[in-house]
Amino acid sequence: MDLEEQGSIQRLVEGGERERMVVLLGTPTAGSTVMVALTLTEGDPSYAGPLAGVPLGLPVYHVLEENVKRAIPSEVYEREIGPMEFVLDAPAIVSALARARGPASDR
Amino acid sequence: MVELRDKLVLALGERDGIPAPALRACIESAGGRVIYEVTQCFV
Repeated sequence: MDLEEQGSIQRLVEGGERERMVVLLGTPTAGSTVMVALTLTEGDPSYAGPLAGVPLGLPVYHVLEENVKRAIPSEVYEREIGPMEFVLDAPAIVSALARARGPASDR
Repeated sequence: MVELRDKLVLALGERDGIPAPALRACIESAGGRVIYEVTQCFV
């Protein structure tokens, strides 16, 4: 996640209604998923951007997670996500995100 | 199930994965509102 993007998100989140905000990812790998998830929950792990040391604590989900898929009408999901669902390594992405959330999370 | 209805959603897509417009379509169809949208590209 680039530095400009981190700054934009920080301003947006700190601008209000944080309790209604969630993040939905479309990242292609376990590694990229974890990096973005950590940046938006605990702060920038690379300590390079505006979110270094800033734990936004946003709920982070990936669109390939089964509990996200169930929230979306099936015809929309199949049209928008379907082709990539079988190209990306969904189990690796989902398990990496679960680890990034930590053992205390029930999501 | 993740509740997206009435949520303010940051849609962070990626060109090599799922792009943000596809995420937006899913979020809006589930009753959420997109407040930030970007499709990253690392090429």
